Amino acid sequence: MSNLKSVFVLLCLVAGLVSPALAQSDTASLRSLVDALAKGKYAETEQQIGALVATGDPAVAPALQALGAGDLYFRKSDAQVFIAKKNGKRFTLTDPLTLEAEGDAGKREIKKIKVNNKLRRVIRAALGSLTLMASDPNVRVAAAGAIFKAQDPAGIDALETALAAETDDNVRLAMEQAHAAAVLNSDLDEAQKLAAVETLSEMGNREALSLLIGVRSNSEGAVRDAATHAVEKIEKSIAAWNTAQNIWYGVSLGSVLLLAAIGLAITFGVMGVINMAHGEMVMIGAYTTFVVQEIIRTSAPGLFDYSLFIALPLAFLTAGLIGIAIERGVIRWLYGRPLETLLATWGISLILQQAVRSVFGPTNREVGNPDWMSGAFELGQMTITYNRMWIVVFALLVFAGLMLVLKKTPFGLYTRAVTQNRRMAASMGIRTPWIDALTFGLGSGIAGIAGVALSQIDNVSPNLGQGYIIDSFMVVVFGGVGNLWGTLVGAMTLGVVNKFLEPYAGAVLGKIFVLVFIILFIQKRPRGLFALKGRAVEA
Amino acid sequence: MKNTLTKLALAGLMASTMIGSAAAQEDTIKVGILHSLSGTMAISETTLKDAMLMLIEEQNKKGGLLGKKLEAVVVDPASDWPLFAEKARELIEVNGVDAVFGCWTSVSRKSVLPVFEELNSLLFYPVQYEGEESQRNVFYTGAAPNQQAIPAVDYLMNEEGVERWVLAGTDYVYPRTTNKVLEAYLKSKGVAEEDIMINYTPFGHSDWQTIVSDIKTFGSAGKKTAVVSTINGDANVPFYKELANAGIKAEDIPVVAFSVGEEELAGLDTGPLVGHLAAWNYFQSADTDANAEFIDAWHAFIGDEERVTNDPMEAHFIGFNMWVEAVEKAGTTDPDAVIDSIVGVSVPNLTGGYSAMMPNHHITKPVLIGEIQDDGQFETVWETSGLVVGDAWSDYLEGSKDLISDWRAPMSCGNFNTVTGKCGGSGS
Repeated sequence: MSNLKSVFVLLCLVAGLVSPALAQSDTASLRSLVDALAKGKYAETEQQIGALVATGDPAVAPALQALGAGDLYFRKSDAQVFIAKKNGKRFTLTDPLTLEAEGDAGKREIKKIKVNNKLRRVIRAALGSLTLMASDPNVRVAAAGAIFKAQDPAGIDALETALAAETDDNVRLAMEQAHAAAVLNSDLDEAQKLAAVETLSEMGNREALSLLIGVRSNSEGAVRDAATHAVEKIEKSIAAWNTAQNIWYGVSLGSVLLLAAIGLAITFGVMGVINMAHGEMVMIGAYTTFVVQEIIRTSAPGLFDYSLFIALPLAFLTAGLIGIAIERGVIRWLYGRPLETLLATWGISLILQQAVRSVFGPTNREVGNPDWMSGAFELGQMTITYNRMWIVVFALLVFAGLMLVLKKTPFGLYTRAVTQNRRMAASMGIRTPWIDALTFGLGSGIAGIAGVALSQIDNVSPNLGQGYIIDSFMVVVFGGVGNLWGTLVGAMTLGVVNKFLEPYAGAVLGKIFVLVFIILFIQKRPRGLFALKGRAVEA
Repeated sequence: MKNTLTKLALAGLMASTMIGSAAAQEDTIKVGILHSLSGTMAISETTLKDAMLMLIEEQNKKGGLLGKKLEAVVVDPASDWPLFAEKARELIEVNGVDAVFGCWTSVSRKSVLPVFEELNSLLFYPVQYEGEESQRNVFYTGAAPNQQAIPAVDYLMNEEGVERWVLAGTDYVYPRTTNKVLEAYLKSKGVAEEDIMINYTPFGHSDWQTIVSDIKTFGSAGKKTAVVSTINGDANVPFYKELANAGIKAEDIPVVAFSVGEEELAGLDTGPLVGHLAAWNYFQSADTDANAEFIDAWHAFIGDEERVTNDPMEAHFIGFNMWVEAVEKAGTTDPDAVIDSIVGVSVPNLTGGYSAMMPNHHITKPVLIGEIQDDGQFETVWETSGLVVGDAWSDYLEGSKDLISDWRAPMSCGNFNTVTGKCGGSGS
């Protein structure tokens, strides 16, 4: 989004520099062309866009940009066209050619000029050839990308002029690729097309592949052979990268499972409490994020990018305190009675869900992605989305942090002592009931911060937790009850296995296979991957 | 928020007191509302319960029906399919309601069908569904496949020039049947087998990485590609988030959805999704006076300006008004009389036209294609020139294309086979 904005500002700058140089009469004729955008349906608008582009005047770029973004309106009284931005209840108007402020208007005084996908594609292509000479390299790359996608032979001349003047290597590359794409769609001679196929073949990604497949079926002779060859080459390299991509998807799914399960690894794994309300702790963490973002939106919009960091401790505290309350209020009366614990915590989970439903409503709540968690980057032929990457990093950090707490702090020592031999720990002066409560609080708090991360990829609704409870138990049981390393390895294994099965078996069957696999595995190793050994097991 | 809370509490109170005093009040006409207020489906159905309460309240302000006040009886089937049947029985037998408005999922509708048949009562079902059904006691006010799926595919084919199709859906009866209809339709239009990819995911699926990447791969075959999504409610948010992050733009691979409305978008940042499509019979953005009035009334009733309206709400609006008119026409709430009088009843819809109840118990509707805007609303980019008649039995499926439904005398049959000339062809 911010990228778009900067493109827009730059366009304005470019246009601002150019327009004073134009003769007055030009502006008048341009204005009538721009005003004509407001007339008629999509087909007429498309013709008008063509007429605007035919002027070749960069001054029309801001108007087209605004049209594509749905910000171009016309005034009902005199049919004059403006760029309008919502400002509170009214709209601020800007002249699309001079870019001077033109006051404001109410919602009913102006009407939006409608665009659809087809028009957006036309506009994108048109802007490409208009902004090839912009001063910002990012704008030029975007322009080249637009021509690449449109494969518009009309852009060849503009690209050649731009290439002659281009000094930035990245931009040159993008322009050459766009040039190749346009050439392949034109009626130029074979030699040029062969060179273009070569360029695309070196580009080697899915977009190039898509173009080349088109070329293969639409051309003849040497070009066809070259394209066939290039397609095979790219398909081979993509197939090799696919394995890497699957592993990454698996790790990413595994990290989500790890986050969801790690709190349970403490309450179920270490304390032996079958906590069916674990998923609801995750949900509470997600709702905490929502509340934090809501407060930030209304009172301090500048902090939005930090909202997740603010939400983390709060989610930990909220979920942790609720966890302690549950332990003190219900679970401590039920230690050693797994069936009653299961039913009681199931009841608690329903109560929590309905409570959240009454307070926040039954519908999904919007939790936004901060800028640094949006979008994706390319690594070879792999696409890695930022939110997934940060969640992997975050899951590993949480795991390391939890290990540290359990292994290096006095609280961790007490916890381990109590779980290994309660009576001996008590006789050493440890207040076991408090350790139980705090450990349960810790597990719930970790689930809360998992909720902060999951709010970034899943929907924040009262049902959020239900989707994770089965998976969490699966991971803990598979990894080995009572062992955090088992949870880590278990989550990652299940994630990767799932992702390797999915392309062949489909998501539904894949899940079933994983379940069957776990059941068979538990038959063989009833205590999971990393079974605890020694006397603690018998206790 | 507080307001909603009080409303919820009030609704609960109302429901419980009504059950208690049902026998005492004989001078009211009772209307049952059978929507889940807890469990997975509460996310969608709670809104419909509120919409029904609003419609009933407005009707009472206009003087009620047949000189009597209407009285809402709310029950909570808790997203539990067998419980739907029990609650339906409770509404009809214990509370003595004259008509029931409710259900969302097809499986809940299938669960209550025998009850309505046995006790001879009326059900108004407001959600788009897979077709292949026509029951005497049920009125389908949502869209049949030919009122949503087929026109959407036509739009993509003609306006966007789509040649390759991904049919992605949640794994249950509605997406499976709809995709079966669509596949048959696409093939009849000359689309090759290898240009159709069908994919199913479990309910609440949240890890879309593989599927989104598959869609990307499928789309890079040199032909214009589109995704037709019958993905159900909850799974949509992570799906669209993954699409946005993977950089799949509507200009390149548009997604047209049949289960994503204004309510589902409320949980999303729609900035990166501008241009993706949905096919419905109503959008909140419809620019008519009737719609503006409806939205104002809804905001006033619910006490929150941010709440959106959606297609199933319009379906209830139409269904409720049809029932009111049919009862007035028949002069009684007796189900048999209403079933006879409601066919042919025509009431205004919210998009500026009239919808009529057809003999097959489906209604006529306009079909709108909308593009998602960055404010979470849809903008209509295309609509059918006239109204489309809901078709209970698809013309593109073997075994169902010969069937017709007509509940008027003398045929009075939901699955009349035009080839054998007998009632009770195949299917139910």
